[in-house]
Amino acid sequence: MAEARRVNRMWRNMNAKIAAVPMILTTLVVFVGGTAWTVVYSFTDSKLLPRERWVGFDQYERLWSNSRWLTSIENLMIYGVLSLVFTITIGFLLAVAMDQKIRFEDTFRTIMLYPFALSFIVTGLVWQWILNPEFGIQHIVRGLGWESFTFNPLNNPDLVLYGLLIAGLWQGTGFVMCLMLAGLRGIDEDIWKAARVDGIPTWKTYVQIILPMMRPVFITTLVIVAAGIIKLYDLVVAQTSGGPGNASQVPAMYVYDYMFQAQNLGQGFAASTMMLLTVLIVLIPWAYLEFGGRKHG
Amino acid sequence: MKPFKLAAALAASVALPSAGLATDLEVTHWWTSGGEAAAVAELAKAFNAAGDNWVDGAIAGGGSTARPIMISRITGGDPMGATQFNHGQQALELVEAGLMLDLTDVAEAEGWKDKVFPPSLLEACTVDGRIYCAPVNIHSPEWLWLSNKAYADAGLPVPTNWTEFVESGPALEAAGKIPLALGNQAWQSNLAFNAITVAVAGLDVWKQVNVEKNMEVAAGPEMAAVFAAVGDARKLAAKSTVQDWNQATNLVLSGEAGGQIMGDWAQGEFSVAEKVAGTDYTCLPGLGLNAYLSTGGDAFYFPKNDDAEVEAAQKRLAALLVSPEVQVAFNLKKGSLPIRGDIDLAAANDCMKKGLEVLASGNLVPSGDMSWSPDVVKQNEDLMVEFFRTDMAPDAAHAQWVSNLESGL
Repeated sequence: MAEARRVNRMWRNMNAKIAAVPMILTTLVVFVGGTAWTVVYSFTDSKLLPRERWVGFDQYERLWSNSRWLTSIENLMIYGVLSLVFTITIGFLLAVAMDQKIRFEDTFRTIMLYPFALSFIVTGLVWQWILNPEFGIQHIVRGLGWESFTFNPLNNPDLVLYGLLIAGLWQGTGFVMCLMLAGLRGIDEDIWKAARVDGIPTWKTYVQIILPMMRPVFITTLVIVAAGIIKLYDLVVAQTSGGPGNASQVPAMYVYDYMFQAQNLGQGFAASTMMLLTVLIVLIPWAYLEFGGRKHG
Repeated sequence: MKPFKLAAALAASVALPSAGLATDLEVTHWWTSGGEAAAVAELAKAFNAAGDNWVDGAIAGGGSTARPIMISRITGGDPMGATQFNHGQQALELVEAGLMLDLTDVAEAEGWKDKVFPPSLLEACTVDGRIYCAPVNIHSPEWLWLSNKAYADAGLPVPTNWTEFVESGPALEAAGKIPLALGNQAWQSNLAFNAITVAVAGLDVWKQVNVEKNMEVAAGPEMAAVFAAVGDARKLAAKSTVQDWNQATNLVLSGEAGGQIMGDWAQGEFSVAEKVAGTDYTCLPGLGLNAYLSTGGDAFYFPKNDDAEVEAAQKRLAALLVSPEVQVAFNLKKGSLPIRGDIDLAAANDCMKKGLEVLASGNLVPSGDMSWSPDVVKQNEDLMVEFFRTDMAPDAAHAQWVSNLESGL
């Protein structure tokens, strides 16, 4: 009986399943296959063209003793943590502000979301000019009379990451705000009414009732923002090209430079495999909690 | 009858255009600054005048941006008609994989072997006895460009060598100038390092390290002195915040910076701005210490193509690039040195003449591009840009540099 029912289910809805075949094949061949190929070839000494000369973990040893790679990882962690905390906090606060039934909400929403319509290349170039001491903020403030004012983050190795962060936040918070606003609007009016009847202050309603109810929105946002952080590349290329020195390098730039400029595919593959591993370390526990937990419950 | 006629008409329409008409050849290169673009226009003009059609495929952003695009087009099965590389190891694997057209017959017909000077340029095009590229100019990166205006403003004499330049640094800085203009891109830091190596350590050490690949010399006291000298340069360049090399050259042009270490292509920017060598700016080959120049250069490679017409046009272009007239026209605009010893550059300016003298005297060293793989070059670039922009200790940089070289042995 059980056997027959399973077969039945497999043959049900055939049209949809056939329609999904191309996508499944693409996923298997391009994504999974490409990933597997990259991992396998990271154990070779491939230069410009891939070749099967196995060298074990040599590429990884070289990678983890390279100061530029270590700087990249450190930068990514600092940028990642700050970017996650600030985009989500600022995004949520903006969404709450938007949710107070203000006038011209549409106008404000458009303004806030506008930076997201620009590519990272444009964002990077714009902020490169704004933060440039000769043309940007420093120049304007000095023009207003504060002669000793210095604000030059992009040429200071200790501050350059924050220069990138400003540009990243400017670009990304509007989008997070929209996601959060959608989440807030999805909360039933009756819950607000009930909270008001019980005399709970507004801020307490947000923190203790609305926030927990918005968990799915937060998780979606987290995944989107985190994926954007790990693949961070174009913003850095446009704004600082990794400089000054190697102070704002990120892993994706290392991968590109070693695969194509240094003509050392093996090294680039090893670096991209490490990036994949980073993603998996973040993703697997989350997926387990999200999907694994629900089945039992 | 009808299908036959149609087929005949179709065949005729295909056959006709190929008879004696111009062939389009797409040429990719990274020559996009003012002086460079003017030089490329000379090549295009000569090729078009010979009856073919030059389709310009300039890629902005310098060689490190352009080369990955070129390589992925060639390996991805979308080859262009011809493409620039720095000859040496950059295209070596493409040649070994059989992706490049063999130009040996052109070279023999045109007698390149006797005419190309110095011969190392043609050797760099040769793989297993076959010739795969047409050299077009000589790059010599070991030049110090000085702004006469900056020194006049500061009330100082224009230095005649690197040592004087370093000594004049503090006085120049006190006069509100940047002593040494240096773009932030990694390859520029590495170029400055190599130029200082040739100047400070001299030819013998350079050859032992880069040609014989003697790692004991690389780790020895002569190179330690070079790293100390680069440490001096780093202090002078601390206030320079530009990115591209031509922005740095522009600082020298306008007198905001004292000098710049850059290849002879900087000359093109000076001539576009109509500055006169000797009065507006001064050039010191080999930084004025050791008048040696390394003879790397640009060459054109011709990716293999199925179309016989295109192949014929590729060979025509290869012959044209090395011909005396094109060499003169191109190199005068670019400010670089020609690859043949048998032509007269009467119109050459002060700086080019200095370069030609060095060339004629035979004070030449092979360039790093020819002896080290792109992987080693990239690692050194990463190291140098870090060294120039942080307070990394010279001996730490020295040790890292030696291990970078060892990875390429």
